[in-house]
This record gives sequence, C-alpha cells and structure tokens, in this order.
Amino acid sequence: MIELENVTMTYPGGMTALKDVNINIEKGEFVFIVGSSGSGKTTLFRLLLKELEPTAGKINVAGYDYSTIKRKNIPKVRRRIGVVFQNFRLLKDRTIYENVAFAQRVIQTPARFIRRRVPAMLTLVGLADKYKSYPKELSGGEQQRVAMARALVNNPDIILADEPTGNLDPKNSLDIMNLLEDINKRGTTVVVVTHNKEIVNEMKKRVITLKKGVVISDEKNGGYIDED
Amino acid sequence: MKISTFFYILKQGFVNIKRNILFSLASLGTIISCLFLFGIIYSVVINFQSGVKDLESTITISVFFDKDLSEENIQLIGEQIRLVDYVNTMDFISADEAWESFCEQNYDDPEAAKEAFGKNNPLRNSASYSVTLKDVSKQAEFVEYAKGLQGVRRVKSSEVTADSISTLSSLVGYASIGIVVILMLVSIFLISNTITIGITVRKEEIGIMKLIGATNFFVRAPFIIEGIIIGAVGSVIPLVLLYEMYEKILTYVAGRFKVITSIFAFVSQEELFKTMIPVGLILGIGVGLFGSLVTTRKHLKV
Repeated sequence: MIELENVTMTYPGGMTALKDVNINIEKGEFVFIVGSSGSGKTTLFRLLLKELEPTAGKINVAGYDYSTIKRKNIPKVRRRIGVVFQNFRLLKDRTIYENVAFAQRVIQTPARFIRRRVPAMLTLVGLADKYKSYPKELSGGEQQRVAMARALVNNPDIILADEPTGNLDPKNSLDIMNLLEDINKRGTTVVVVTHNKEIVNEMKKRVITLKKGVVISDEKNGGYIDED
Repeated sequence: MKISTFFYILKQGFVNIKRNILFSLASLGTIISCLFLFGIIYSVVINFQSGVKDLESTITISVFFDKDLSEENIQLIGEQIRLVDYVNTMDFISADEAWESFCEQNYDDPEAAKEAFGKNNPLRNSASYSVTLKDVSKQAEFVEYAKGLQGVRRVKSSEVTADSISTLSSLVGYASIGIVVILMLVSIFLISNTITIGITVRKEEIGIMKLIGATNFFVRAPFIIEGIIIGAVGSVIPLVLLYEMYEKILTYVAGRFKVITSIFAFVSQEELFKTMIPVGLILGIGVGLFGSLVTTRKHLKV
C-alpha cells in the first residue's frame, strides 16, 4: 500500500531530513512512525501526501508512483488518503456537519449521498448529537474526532495521522487511538506519526523509529525506543 | 460537472465576495469608474466618428474636363471614376448647372446676373463630375488617379480639410484606445489584488481542500466566479447609468442648444447602446475573468 525505496530528502538550504529510507507498509497494517523532533517524521508525512518531492528515491502510494504521477492525478491519490492533524485543522466558521460534508463536497460527491454519509460518520465517532455545534464549542478530543470523521467520510484506503494525540489528555488520546484501531480492523491501513511513548508502548503495533532521517528500527509488536 | 457542484462553487463565489467585502467593493468601484469613463469616451468617439462621416460625405472633389471634350469621352471618364471602390457618390454637373449654382451663391440677385450674361455662359467649359469619397483619407490618392485620366483638365479638392479631418479622427481613436487600455489594466490589477487577499483569507481552507483531494478547478473556480461577478456587476451599473444619462443629455441639448443640433446630428440612444452594451459587458466580464484567472493560476496549484 505504501512503499518508499531509497528515499532521500534534502531541503534547498542543504539540510537532509531523510536519508536513504526504505519502508514497506502492507494493506490493512497499523504502523507507528516515531522519533524525536528533527528525526524526519513530518517530512515523511508530507512526502506521503505529495506535498514535497524527494531529492532521490521512489515513493508508491495506493498504486500511484509519485515519480511519474501526472499533476492532474495528484488529487486522485489524495482522495485515497484520509488525513488527521495534531491541530485538527477544522474550519472554524462552519458547523461540525459542514466540516465533515466539506470533505465530500470537495471531491464533488452528490448532495443526496452527503446527506446520508455525514450523519453515519458522526455517529461512528460518537458526535451525532453535536452536528450543529461549531468547533470552538467542542473539547480537544471531540474536535479530533470530528477530524477523524472528516478523514473517514470518503472511505479512504489509508489513514495518515500526524501527532493525532499531541494536543489531547491521556483519556482522550486513548479514545482516539481506540477509534483508529477500530477503523484499522475494518481494513483501512493506518499510519500514525507520533512521539507519544505511552500510547505506542500500550498498543503493541508495528513501530518504525527514525533518528536524524534514518530508519534505526522497524519492529512488529514494537515499543518506543528512547534515543537517550 | 454535477449541478450540485456548480451551485456550490457559485455560492462560494458569493461567499468570497461577502468575506472580503471591502476589497470586493473597492474593485467593484474601480471597474464601475473605469467602465463609466470608457462609456463616456465611447459615446464621444461614436458621435465624433458619425460627425466625421457626415462631414466626409459633404467634401466634394470636382473633376473638370478638357475644353470641348466629347460627351462620349466625358462618360468614359465617369465610368473610370466609378471603378474606384472608395468612391461614394458621383454626380455630373453640367456647365449650365455650374453657372446657376455660381449665381445663386455669389450674386444678391441671381436672376439679374443670369439675364445680364444671357446665353453667354462664362462657365461653359466648367462642366464637371462632383465626387464624394467613402474615406476622406484617400483624397490625395483619388486626385492623383483622376489627374491621370485622359481628358481631365483639372481636379479641384480641399486637401487641407481632408487631411485634418482624417488626422483628427485617427488621433481621437488612438487616444481613446490608449485611455481604455490603461483603465482596463488598472481594473485587472485591482481585481487581482482582491483575489490575492481572498486567497490569503481562505488559506487554511484551501490547504485542507488540497490535502483532501480537491482538483485545481475546484479550488480555483470560486475565485474565478468572484472575479466574473465583480466584472459583470461592475459593467451593468455604469451601462445603466450611461443609458439613462445619454437620453437626458440628448433631450437637454436639443432643448437648450438648438444651434448644435442643427449642425450636428447626435447618434441615437438605441444606435449607440446597440454596440456599447455588448462591448461594455465583454470588457467588464473579461477584465474580471482575466484578473482572477491569472491570480489563481499564480497562487493556487495543487
């Protein structure tokens, strides 16, 4: 589902964020990508979304080869990926319903479809009764669940989450991770970029550890490796 | 494109204007002023051109024949003149008609003058063809041509008048085009600025749209709609104003300055706006479309 082959990313200033990275994630896997600040996690996240071009190497996501993909096909591959961010990135001037519906409108889903699908997603994340609320009226955990509903509404093959628990307390963090696990059990590939040690150690999933742009460990049922 | 998508994009175009209302109004105001000025210039130019055309039709060139030229040869000259494609009209003025006209114009008592000369027409060798041209700037060319015809003694024309009219006409034309182009460039610049600010205001939303998988078209379309709406409204308002004003000005001039209307025929409201409405709309919408298209292409790439 996700394949990185000898990927190197050097920014124009000369800073190398990733060096000769090889990662292969199969369909239906749940993977943590961990590492401290400056390890290259965010660069990897942005490469997977085709926001950045690698300096060298090949990236293949959901059958699309990023080195040869045509510009017009970039939206197609992004529609196969549901994205969740640390700061939720919800539209503050729109209701919860509108925020989730927005993801469907963007890919030009018919209105009748949106009316059925959005309430189903809000029910899945446990926020059906808050569909009229605005983001500022919700707690951090609830906002992240809205972001999850938005990521899931288009039925993606992959969920890519960047520090999804970064702004949450331990209880809400666990709720979000349980939700991601449920989604994974339904067959969606889940990739979580994080440095939340407790969560990683508790969930016993595949853990890929990055340090200074290099993969230093890739373990099934792994744990968080302290770099110190 | 699905109907629901079309309406969503259209709605977002209006939302953009509403969110960015001050800059949208500034752009709208500029386009209104520019197109209003354009309309005034357009009215003046159209009326000026119509006046020039009227004037051109009154400028005549007289072609005189050699002494005692036969009627057949005079007809031959006439046929050769008719062959010229920019000749508008050609009338034969006989020697008697020329003398009569001379008397009418130069004597207080034309009848007495005619009687005094009796049958002895002083202008007996002054039969001529009186020619008007479709395009007064071709006068010199025609004079050369007519002088070269066999049997032509003299060609009389008013070179200075023709030259100054054609020069003035093209000068007004070029100056108007120049002013309109500058006004349009200012409008495009302001629309582009408004759209850029709109894009900055919606940066977060656009970022999310791109990551979710929106196409370039879907991201750009609301901004292009915004430009088109500003352009369309910005052209309709001055056109309506000018339409009402032109009628009032014509009525006012006809009532107060009868001297002007007796020597100059203004183009009618209907005639003027038959071309000004489509030209104004195309300019307004075109400026809006071009300004937004260039800006979105520059700032919004998936």
